Amino acid sequence: MPALIEAVGLTRHYPAGDGVVAALQDVTLSIAPGAFVAAMGPSGSGKSTFLNIVGCLDRPTRGTYRLVGEDTASLSPDRLAELRSRRLGFVFQSFNLLPRVDALANVELPMIYRGLPRRARRDRAADALALVGLADRMHHRPTQLSGGQQQRVAIARALVNGPDLLLADEPTGALDSRTGLEIMALFQALNRAGVAVLMVTHDPDVADFAARTLRFRDGRLVSDKVHAPRDAALALSEMRQEQAA
Amino acid sequence: MNLEVRPKVAAVDAPVTESPRRVLPPLPPTRPGMDLIEALRGALGALAANKLRAMLTALGIFIGVAAVIATVAVGAGARDQVLRQIQALGANVIVVWGGSVNMGGVRLGAGQRQNLTWDDARAIEGEIGAVQAASGNIRSSQQVIAGNQNWATSVQGSDPEIFAVHDWAAERGRLFTPEEAAGGRKVALLGATVAEMLFGDADPVGQEIRIRTTPFEVIGVLARKGQNAQGQDLDDAVFIPFWTARRSIMGASRTWFRSVNWIAVRVHEGEDMRAAEEELRTLFRQRHRVAANEADTVSIRNMAEVAATRDASARTLSTLLAAVAAVSLLVGGIGVMNIMLVSVTERTREIGLRLAVGARRRDILRQFLLEAVLLALLGGAAGVAAGIGLSHLLSGLAGWPVLIQWDAVALAVGVSGLTGLFFGFWPARRAARLDPIQALRTE
Repeated sequence: MPALIEAVGLTRHYPAGDGVVAALQDVTLSIAPGAFVAAMGPSGSGKSTFLNIVGCLDRPTRGTYRLVGEDTASLSPDRLAELRSRRLGFVFQSFNLLPRVDALANVELPMIYRGLPRRARRDRAADALALVGLADRMHHRPTQLSGGQQQRVAIARALVNGPDLLLADEPTGALDSRTGLEIMALFQALNRAGVAVLMVTHDPDVADFAARTLRFRDGRLVSDKVHAPRDAALALSEMRQEQAA
Repeated sequence: MNLEVRPKVAAVDAPVTESPRRVLPPLPPTRPGMDLIEALRGALGALAANKLRAMLTALGIFIGVAAVIATVAVGAGARDQVLRQIQALGANVIVVWGGSVNMGGVRLGAGQRQNLTWDDARAIEGEIGAVQAASGNIRSSQQVIAGNQNWATSVQGSDPEIFAVHDWAAERGRLFTPEEAAGGRKVALLGATVAEMLFGDADPVGQEIRIRTTPFEVIGVLARKGQNAQGQDLDDAVFIPFWTARRSIMGASRTWFRSVNWIAVRVHEGEDMRAAEEELRTLFRQRHRVAANEADTVSIRNMAEVAATRDASARTLSTLLAAVAAVSLLVGGIGVMNIMLVSVTERTREIGLRLAVGARRRDILRQFLLEAVLLALLGGAAGVAAGIGLSHLLSGLAGWPVLIQWDAVALAVGVSGLTGLFFGFWPARRAARLDPIQALRTE
């Protein structure tokens, strides 16, 4: 089975003023299917550029990137879109839900571009919402939901096309610590069920919930450690006991 | 945390197994891409979210289309009227009226001078080769009585040539003969309206009517001719031979026994109307001994020319209004483009998200294009409704003849859709070409 992610000498230059900025330099790594990886680093370290390339939203200036064995360098924007649709699910810091429609329609969105018929879409969106614990909030609009609930809708949306990899950009950045723990517990549960997660964060406590941490600085991968993940569900119940006491 | 779900969904708390599994059952294979119904739903939703803005944007196209529909209806109505007029009076007809009377500086207008005679009509027929037939006519308003019914109508004394001049035929009975005309026989032909008023459904042929106190035999009813350009009912008239009229109805007290009100002339098919008109003018200048430096003593009107002039002015008006409509559509189109650009800018983040979750460029292009077309079409459809309403209003209030042209309606709707397509393309392309990373970063 090919690696989920195979990056060799990944480099990304941006034109800036007279010269170029090297947002990412010579990053080589591989991520196995079903992994839970955190990418850390200060802003401008290249972790977001790495996420964008992995997410097929950007292409490397040099080096090769393979997603489940498929080289993205030669693909057209529309082929990249199809790849995103099939393989990837995105979760953002600010949720990025469509404000005009309810949770169900938000979760339906990725399936629209898959060409799935309406009935099948609605059933599956309902299942995905149930999966993230929002079975009773399907017809709420984003403004009628709390931050944590909105992020769950976003996670349901990311899951609904059956992706191999969930890409999360500071998923707890806009949430309080308890809600953040709940989201981490959800990620861990999904990961146990087989979905790989790549999560960008600047918070070391959040990175602890992953099983592997990548550290970026000045566009370079400076450390790559595998470690035992902290159990988010456990941390959550501890926090509840603390608050009760 | 409750992660329990319906049975068909794999539980996420299940232990890790060798092969990676999905938290949801695998998707059935599908052809990627947004279907049209979904795109339409999205476009409608986006328009509904900004109702006022959508309405204001569609206003330009609305006005343009309404103007086109109303303009074409008025133009077609005018043309139709002219056609009917020509049909009613006959093409190739020239009408000669008496000249104007100048009484101490007050000019009384054409036909006031009693300087045309029955002999002029005969001279026209005899001396101008291009003329097929000519009829002298007098007319006055009279009360006509039949049995216990009576009706005020116009009684016209004419030569039998009048029917050939105007292409009039008897629907029932017959026309009067040259012998009846020369003999001053008391025979009458009824217009369809008069026949209806006096006899209802009964057949008037062979019945007796009285004009003033004089009894006449009805020998026929003329085929229906409709209204003339002034809205006058051409069928509300009784036709009797000229000499009968002179002797029995309108003759006795007149100074000029042989004078006529007007002469109707028919020119042979294929002859030059202008040349015929010129010959008529020359003839009258000779007969009335008009000096070279003096004005004509008669007024000559070429019906075809009058019709053509009217048609031309209607066409000019139509062209002018069509130009206004085109400009309005252009401005409306630019409005659509403007608002679509605003919409793309406002929804940059949404576009970024859609691209991230798997929308292809063409999906985004289609969505925004559809939105622009829909916006323009809604304006167009409302414009059609308003245009038809305006047409009816014009015909009702101003009394203009209007005729809704359905092909113009279809064309207007089509053109408004195309306007949306044309002016929506650039904004939609701009949306489709957005860089998803930049778009997602937009606040």
